[in-house]
Order: sequence, then structure tokens, then C-alpha cells
Amino acid sequence: MDDLKAIVEALVFVSESPVKTEQIAEALDLDKPKVGAVLLELCREYEENGRGFELQRVAGGYQFRTRARHAEWVRRLSRAKPFRFSRAAMETLAIIAYRQPVTRADIEYLRGVDSGGVLKALLDKRLVRILGKKDIPGRPMIYGTSRDFLELFGLNDLSGLPALKEFDQLSLDLPLSDLSEVAADGNQTP
Amino acid sequence: MSYDIKIENFEGPLDLLLHLIRKNEMDIYNIPIAEITAQYLATIDTMQSLNLDVAGEFLLMAATLLHIKSRLLLPKPEEDLVEEDEEDPRAELVRRLLEYQKYQAAARELDERELLGRELFARAFPSPELGEQEEDEFVAVGLYDLVEAMRALLRQRPQAAYHEVTFEQLSVSERINQILTQLADRERLTFGELFGESPSRHEVIVSFLAMLELVKLRMARLLQETRYGTIWLYPAVAESPADFELDEEALGYG
Repeated sequence: MDDLKAIVEALVFVSESPVKTEQIAEALDLDKPKVGAVLLELCREYEENGRGFELQRVAGGYQFRTRARHAEWVRRLSRAKPFRFSRAAMETLAIIAYRQPVTRADIEYLRGVDSGGVLKALLDKRLVRILGKKDIPGRPMIYGTSRDFLELFGLNDLSGLPALKEFDQLSLDLPLSDLSEVAADGNQTP
Repeated sequence: MSYDIKIENFEGPLDLLLHLIRKNEMDIYNIPIAEITAQYLATIDTMQSLNLDVAGEFLLMAATLLHIKSRLLLPKPEEDLVEEDEEDPRAELVRRLLEYQKYQAAARELDERELLGRELFARAFPSPELGEQEEDEFVAVGLYDLVEAMRALLRQRPQAAYHEVTFEQLSVSERINQILTQLADRERLTFGELFGESPSRHEVIVSFLAMLELVKLRMARLLQETRYGTIWLYPAVAESPADFELDEEALGYG
């Protein structure tokens, strides 16, 4: 296989979801390290030559993705607005991602609010999945993040999650958003 | 009424408390409970006066704050009564606030990532025709996929008719045998086929239980070709059904 690099590139090109090194190695009947090396080389080439897309490592596999700095132009073509997650969804997702396996009760204790609706929405979007049942009274479901979660957030695996910041004080430099006046408005003594 | 949008921005009582603590630059390890309780209650009053539904969680936290306040007012127990230091009544709340702040920060950090479909895009693929890929790689059917499929079925089915007085109860064991007969003729069945043309809700449930039993007894296997693809029921390595206790009692439906 003289043009091994081109063949590997072709396989990644036609793959619907991030394709794993093993899958390519098996298809080509080659050993994994060899294919892995070719993939890494391709990654580097794409990174260097400034094409409209690059080869990225996500969810344990490889996928061609456009570059963030071109997002605006890509969206113009599809006339899509950038989506936003609600704060409730992001908080719940963060808790599940970092604390998995978790039960709904764990999430609700941490957030201090009912999270059933958000959890269901995350399950429907397949960002979260049911891992099983916890062996405590009531046998509650336990939840974790899915492969789709890794793909969406561009993570190769869960170890790629940024480390949780430990606060031993309330952090005052967090954005206060535009809430600052609310309490004062309702409270005559600001 | 420009406030209500802002007020709804509080994700919950912890969020509101963090906001009040930050706004007043309070020391989280020494929260002035009287003051924060007053501000907290005032905010809730505002929410109510704006006719917002104040969720029960906000009221629960108000009660918690008042409880902590009353405990702080109680005289300290005599030294000889309690040897070890009693924990500060505020301690659990402080722990929860710090923990919550941690996940709020993590949530923001996640949201700032370059997301697929928002900042980064991959190629879109047309979804393959159902059942066209023969003998592709199989993925085990997850619990949630099954629950979803079951829900979708129940949504399609009409509600039980009320005028029916008697109806024939199809038992799970009968249904298991029917499915086994079907599987003997065919190599595999789709999840949908198991439920026939227009069964009643009762039949849907009995069929679903029968299918689960078959899988549990290792007489059938559930597989799908792709994630979220068609779910297929395959016979497992044939063991004679007669080897199993198949009456309702033994299955636990008696």
C-alpha cells in the first residue's frame, strides 16, 4: 500500500462518526500502531496547511471538522443560528459529567432545584444516558454522559474534561451577569 | 415588568444565595445569617409580588435559613454537656454553596468550548434507509433505547376503549410461545413486528414483557445495526422452550 496515507484519509472522509484507529486497522488488515502513526501524521498535515477543515481526535476516534474561526461563514450557508444551552442544562450536564455515575437526587441536592425536566431533555438529546440502577432503596437510575456528549464537546474521552476548580472562597471575579440590581430593586435597603 | 425576566434567571435558591453573598461581599465562612435571610426573603417577596411562581425550593431554602438563624440564637450548650465542638449550623449550607459554585464554573467552562454544530462542523450524512444495511456491525440495545421504543409504541396506540367489559387476557407465557413460533419461521423480527398491526395497550405491554423474558431466559437476543437504528429480535442458540418453566406463576405474573 504505497498510498496508505491517502487510503486512511479516504476512510476517515467517508465515516459518519469519529472513526477509531482499530476500525481502520481492521479494514486495512494492518496493525494499529502503524495506522495510528498515519493518522497522527494526517492530523499534523491538516493543522499545518491551513485548509478549511482539520482532522480532530474526538470520542476516541478521528473526524474531519471545520475550524472554529470559520464558524460564522459556515452558519451563513446553512442559515443556522448558534444554539445555546440553558444554564440549567449546562449545570446539570456539568454535574453529570464530573460526578458520574450520579442519581437524580444527587443532581438535585447539588443544584438545589428539581432537575427532572432538564435531565429528561438531556436524555432526549442523548447527551446523557442511563448507566443502570443504584443498589440502594428505591433502586434509582444512575446517569452518565454519552458518546454524543464527547462528540459535541470535542472531547476525546472524559479525562479530557478541564479540571474542576476548587474554590475556598466565593469567587468575586465570576461574571455577575445582569442580575446585580434585582435584589436591590425588591429590597429597599440595597 | 422588566424584572421578571431577570428574576427568573436565578437557577434556584443556591444561585440566589451566591448572588446575594457576592453582591454584599460577605465572608462565605461567616455568613451573617440574619442579614442574608432578610435579603433572601425580600427577593422572594418581590418575585411573588410580580406574580411569579416561586418554586417550592425557594421556600424550602427560606425555611432552612430561618432554622439556621434560630439555632444560632440558641444559647451554646454547657461545656460539660457536649464534649466535642458542635458543628456550626451554617456548615452544610456553606459546603453546598462552595460545591455549587464549582459546578457553575464548570458549566460555564463547558459552554465556552468549541461545540460541534456551533463553532465546529462536521459533514452531514443522509440517514440510511431502515433495514437496508444487511449484517452490519451490531450494537447492543441500551435500556434507554428500549424504553424509548416502548414509549413510541404506546404513543401510537389508542387509549383503551372504555366500553369493553370483558376482554381476553393474553398471558405473557402464551405470548412468549407465540413469539418463539414466529421466530422459528423467520430468521429475525423487528421490534415493531412483535407488536402486530393494532394491538391494545394490554397486548403491547404483554408483548414487551414477553420479549424481556425471552431475553432474560437467553432464548432471544436484541440487537441493532447502528446506534438508534432498527431493533431486531434474534433467536438465541436454540434450546428447547420446554426446558423452561413457562407458566405465569414461575415468571412472576401470576
